[in-house]
Amino acid sequence: MKLSRRTTAIAAVAGAASIALLASGCAPSADAEDDGGNVELSIATFNDFGYTDELLQEYMDENPNVTIVHNRAATSNDARANYFQKLGKEGLADIEAVEVDWFTEAMQYSDLLAEVPDSAKGRWLDWKEAAATDADDRLVGFGTDIGPQGVCYRSDLFAAAGLPTDRADVAALLDGDWTNFFDVADQYKAATGKPFIDSANSVLQGIVNQLETAYEEPDGTIVATENADIEDAYNTVVERAVPISAYAGQWSDDWFASMANGEFAAMLCPGWMHGVISGNAPEVTGWDIADVFPGGGGNWGGSYLTVPANGKHVEEALKLADWLTAPEQQVKAFANAGTFPSQSEAYEDEDLTGFTNEYFNNAPTGEIGIARAEAVTVATFKGPKFFQFHDALQNAVTRVFDGVEDQQTSWNTWVTEVSAF
Amino acid sequence: MTATATRPTAPPTSRPPRAPRVISFSQRLSRWDLKVSPYLYISPFFIMFAIVGLFPIAFTAVISFMDWDLVRNSGEFIGFDQYVWILGQAHFWTALRNTFSIFLLSSVPQLIAAVFIAAMLDRNIRAKTFWRMGVLVPFVMAPVAVALIFSNMFGDNHGLVNNVITNLGMEPIPWHKDPFWSHIAIATMVNFRWTGYNTLILLAAMQAIPRDYYEAATVDGAGPFRQFFSITLPSLKPTLIFVIITATIGGLQIFDEPRMYDQFGRGGAGQQWLTITLYLYDIGWGQWNFGRAAALAWILFLIILLIGLINLLVTRRLVRDEGRR
Repeated sequence: MKLSRRTTAIAAVAGAASIALLASGCAPSADAEDDGGNVELSIATFNDFGYTDELLQEYMDENPNVTIVHNRAATSNDARANYFQKLGKEGLADIEAVEVDWFTEAMQYSDLLAEVPDSAKGRWLDWKEAAATDADDRLVGFGTDIGPQGVCYRSDLFAAAGLPTDRADVAALLDGDWTNFFDVADQYKAATGKPFIDSANSVLQGIVNQLETAYEEPDGTIVATENADIEDAYNTVVERAVPISAYAGQWSDDWFASMANGEFAAMLCPGWMHGVISGNAPEVTGWDIADVFPGGGGNWGGSYLTVPANGKHVEEALKLADWLTAPEQQVKAFANAGTFPSQSEAYEDEDLTGFTNEYFNNAPTGEIGIARAEAVTVATFKGPKFFQFHDALQNAVTRVFDGVEDQQTSWNTWVTEVSAF
Repeated sequence: MTATATRPTAPPTSRPPRAPRVISFSQRLSRWDLKVSPYLYISPFFIMFAIVGLFPIAFTAVISFMDWDLVRNSGEFIGFDQYVWILGQAHFWTALRNTFSIFLLSSVPQLIAAVFIAAMLDRNIRAKTFWRMGVLVPFVMAPVAVALIFSNMFGDNHGLVNNVITNLGMEPIPWHKDPFWSHIAIATMVNFRWTGYNTLILLAAMQAIPRDYYEAATVDGAGPFRQFFSITLPSLKPTLIFVIITATIGGLQIFDEPRMYDQFGRGGAGQQWLTITLYLYDIGWGQWNFGRAAALAWILFLIILLIGLINLLVTRRLVRDEGRR
């Protein structure tokens, strides 16, 4: 009995050992076969990259010898597990999408990825391109989208608290450093007694993404516990963000439910968050977006396309990845799925600059996104263990939020925890 | 006319020399058939087991002594370092505590409830099949679906249970903050799913008990309770041992429910509901450190073996044997 739990656990145990079996057992559904110059290319993405069948058909019409097979994983986590189980072996698609959260892990194996052709270099925002360049100066990722962060707010709740409601006024109000942001938040809380923003950990994310050095240095030295910036970030978040937040972290059932019922008035808001808000609170009117972010610009999320170097059609795959991440196609993908382009040239495109979002009181989300993307000046160095360090620090904030541990104890717990890495 | 069988008047003086015994090929074949066939027929299972069971287990042991790189498929031998690292982790001991706590909170009430329900179903009730199938319905549901429904109920702020509790004027329960309450919530999901399954197994065993015993006991004036404790329970002994041991293995490997309990699936910010398998998964698939994950897998294996043995001894003693009564 207990078959399911047993098999899951056995799978976990056995899986650790039988990667070789798995890798050979799960051959890709699209087995590329050459016949008479015809090439079948497979591309694997997750969630929604905006690569519709029509868009891919355009490429196939231009290149009649190419057939494209598009596999979409449900979540980025599924894609991550698949990627690392097969990288360097067989079974990956010719083009594999990688999310920025685990891109640093993939960069450890940059020698197993094909290099982006010179003709495409310089197409992306500097920091987007820098993050995909390895120590040997090889660019191995084709940037797709980014997540420039603005501030989403409820104008009705702002009005009730005596704050300005027009998006230019709100931008002026929140313009400045994080202290200013927290002062406004305190003001709101004093007036209404309710939390100002959705989650404390989104603030931590915002602050850490503005640091040059977070937990690791480019040469591999681990500075997590000695880095004064990180300790400051933690203390700021615990002292100022926790009291004005509705939740510790995002994505819980409670958090989703809260989006519709006005529990909080503002959110730090990358482009892809717009769809999350409008999808979970379709009845609510009053959400708007301000072209501002505390402490300068901030980016959250985004993806790359990579081409495994041992694929069967590396040349053809590079061409397709090149085409897909060209500004014209990325603007189309933006129109399809709201994935904000990472190519500076795309920002001239009228389809992007003229884009407005009806749900957010017709906010010009295209223009706001461009302004927010250009405000990003710092590219945080993220080493292979960034995710682990950051996740543990988020847990530390959550512990304080939940009242499980106090500020200093929770910090000490984090220090002990990460010392074991 | 009696010319048919006449006894030989005298025994033959000498037997003809016995012909050397020659076995034909087909005879030999049938002898092999007799000896080898049973093994041949059961061999597919054992070959499969060797490939998908024994090999991974052995390979896990090899990896557990290495610093393993999954992508490059190579490792460096480092001896017992991974085991030492695991045993030195506070998270490991927290996970062990949580696993046992959830195991006890789920298995004990679950088995008591299963025995009780089975005893009820064993009586003369109307629409027997309906009730018997009814208890199995939760088992048919996918564990992830169960976890989704229950995690909705156990929400801290907008969950069904806390809504009811606050409406009654009581303090909401910190489902995702306090270790004990999170264990209760997870154990509830496990019990929901497995009680019916155990009930059916125990019911089958109860039906195999000869009815004469009960008739005789009734004649002797034993009430239903006396009958239950003196006939039903002792007769269930072998089945109970089976159910308890499988419940133990399952309980110590609990994964789906804690994994689905919050949005991150990593056991909570303060490791409130981190279980051993969840920790194993996180080390393996979260940190890609398969050396450590493999070492932890072996530690878990040894723990289960140990608990299984203790279980067997205790159960043997507790559930008395009929013969020795």
